[in-house]
Amino acid sequence: MDAIILQILNGLDKGSAYALIALGLTLIFGTLGVVNFAHGALFMIGAFCAVTLNRLLTLSHQVVDETRTDFLGNPLKVDVPYVQDIFGEVTGAAIIDWSVPLAILFSIPIMIGIGVIMERGLIKHFYKRPHADQILVTFGLAIVLQEIIKQIFGANPIPTPAPDVFRGSFDFGTMLGFDPNVIIYPYWRLVYFGFAAIIIGAVFAFLQFTTFGMVVRAGMADRETVGLLGINIDRRFTIMFGLAAAVAGLAGVMYAPINSPNYHMGMDFLVLSFVVVVVGGMGSLPGAVLAGFLLGILESFASMNEIKSILPGIDQIIIYLVAIIILLTRPRGLMGRKGVMED
Amino acid sequence: MSKTTLTRRGVLRTGAVAGAGVALPTIFTASSARAFTNEPTGGSVTLGFNVPQTGPYADEGADELRAYELAVEHLNGGGDGGMLQTFSSKALEGSGILGKKVEYVTGDTQTKSDAARASAKSMIEKDGAIMITGGSSSGVAVAVQGLCQEAGVIFMAGLTHSNDTTGKDKKANGFRHFFNAYMSGAALAPVLANAYGKDRKAYHLTADYTWGWTQEESIKAATEALGWETVEAVKTPLAQTDFSSYIAPVLNSGADVLVLNHYGGNMVNSLTNAVQFGLREKQANGKNFEIVVPLFSRLMARGAGENIKGILGSTNWHWSLQDEGTKAFVKSFGTKYGFPPSQAAHTCYVQTLLYADAVQRAGSFDPCAVAEALEGYEFDGLGNGPTLYRAEDHQCFKDVLVVRGKENPTSEFDLLEVVEITPRGQVEYAADHPMFAGGALGSCNPGV
Repeated sequence: MDAIILQILNGLDKGSAYALIALGLTLIFGTLGVVNFAHGALFMIGAFCAVTLNRLLTLSHQVVDETRTDFLGNPLKVDVPYVQDIFGEVTGAAIIDWSVPLAILFSIPIMIGIGVIMERGLIKHFYKRPHADQILVTFGLAIVLQEIIKQIFGANPIPTPAPDVFRGSFDFGTMLGFDPNVIIYPYWRLVYFGFAAIIIGAVFAFLQFTTFGMVVRAGMADRETVGLLGINIDRRFTIMFGLAAAVAGLAGVMYAPINSPNYHMGMDFLVLSFVVVVVGGMGSLPGAVLAGFLLGILESFASMNEIKSILPGIDQIIIYLVAIIILLTRPRGLMGRKGVMED
Repeated sequence: MSKTTLTRRGVLRTGAVAGAGVALPTIFTASSARAFTNEPTGGSVTLGFNVPQTGPYADEGADELRAYELAVEHLNGGGDGGMLQTFSSKALEGSGILGKKVEYVTGDTQTKSDAARASAKSMIEKDGAIMITGGSSSGVAVAVQGLCQEAGVIFMAGLTHSNDTTGKDKKANGFRHFFNAYMSGAALAPVLANAYGKDRKAYHLTADYTWGWTQEESIKAATEALGWETVEAVKTPLAQTDFSSYIAPVLNSGADVLVLNHYGGNMVNSLTNAVQFGLREKQANGKNFEIVVPLFSRLMARGAGENIKGILGSTNWHWSLQDEGTKAFVKSFGTKYGFPPSQAAHTCYVQTLLYADAVQRAGSFDPCAVAEALEGYEFDGLGNGPTLYRAEDHQCFKDVLVVRGKENPTSEFDLLEVVEITPRGQVEYAADHPMFAGGALGSCNPGV
């Protein structure tokens, strides 16, 4: 029982990341009709926004400490961050400690900017081209972005810790009447789940309750008619691309403390997120979220030792297996609409 | 459609020319000592540095390349000479190898066996490399070693820790200075018993490829011999990045030690996940829960940040050692690049010196003469104390370092502290040990 609860928690957490990425993918696909293989790279860039802010905040000047020596026996040069010079030692240290949450604010304009440049500069030219061309160009773009990040930050993962208060884990077991230390879950992963829920809620509210969202939804349903009504749907779609990029970026920022960011983390998530989108139903936002959590939990269960001892290797294929079954029985995915990708 | 006409005279003529062509090389070689692949003829000799320049181990590859450049500089008489000053053999004089200036070409292994073979092949065939060295993965080392054996050049392995490199996949043209999984187990086990007691239940997470398997086997054997019990050993895919679903079952498995047979990005992520799940604060079976990372690397430790503090592991070499060889190497590397070298850099630098020295002593670049000079060779002054290149399997035997993640690092390089230097005698094994059985060294191949 305790193991099952743990895996559900685990699945919710993984599902949050899948859902956030799939949400952005679906937004782009639904509005622009483009299959964006560079979406994983946006997630990765988001994580590197957190790394970058951390680097900026820890930019230091060196002070020579005569009492200590470095590895060559010369007087040790101690790095003192400029932030601590400006705000004092305690406040400065606190700002550095909170660099990941601060990176949320830092990353939004950057991600929207990258999204808009990507759409206007490249993807716009591929609207009328076949899906295969779109996949090729966005996949190529993803590789280019990945290589740029590797050039700047190197190939190894870069630790980006969460604020100190979120270190450690929460003991669910004692709440539910289990022994202590049986069902524990890291605080930051709980924060991630809550954060994902807020972002998903915000995106839905935005599309549901604002005029802008209404126009976008109308455009998703019938782009031509909305255009004929005199609404500049292109500009709104560009903004949607920027927003989708921001959602992926925020997912990446908050993910940085969970797994140290590296340049290929986007690709790791991209393939699974596509499966999530397809299972959820191409173009369906609730479908993407639902499928994200569903597949996250399934993946967690499949990696339980009890299940693997019966079906070895099941954890590696479970998602694809489920995808095949769902697509065979419901070819449009869980919540897919008629007419999408069927032209 | 073309028509082919065969005449008796034509066939005879072609046969005679072809026969002469086939006989030609033997006519020449009969008079000289023996021909071998890429015999250097001019005033220079070319070495091939095959390191991961892209892919997940690119940072290690970059450090290896720095070490190679430094080694070439020292061999040609530049810089401060580094470990040439402390090396027990005095055959090298800083005038290149056998008077020939050392030049080099580089290849990118990408940490993929096929790419590594292709780049090694190109360096041998196009650039005329007389020796191939480098790499940061056992999969790659085994693949490139096989290629060098076929091509008839010497392979001086870089960072490779799988037992198989000098076990079932050993080759007469291949040599490994780096230690291996068996040695890690043998060195770690007594320290683990001291620190955590003999009544422990271990849970292994293992990277699912040649190195992971041999490491798990070695650590299991060494700890079970102490009285530890292995509760579960789970293989994890090499491409895995989030290990939370593998870590969660550990909590309630009854284990009180987690052994992470992971390297590189795998190690950083699995360790980070394990710490996030509170394993280090956990109590199990009335004891503190412990994590062990049998193969440590400083470059990886940097990736794991705070999480490695207090964790035990082993390493081939560490820059903070105080012997003369280490001090000389750290000084010249640190002065040139501004930071201390990694264990990958160290093993690559040493391998280059050892090769050059063997050529110098043999008086020939002939791979078979070089191999003979390396086999059974005892040396010192290269940072690991007295070391033997065993003739039977071409594995170096030397002291092994047991290290621990430092609690209060003074700099970003000062991440590991040496807990114990396990003497060579304790990590030695018979050449026909079952963990290394299955392959044969064969005989050296000079190529051509």
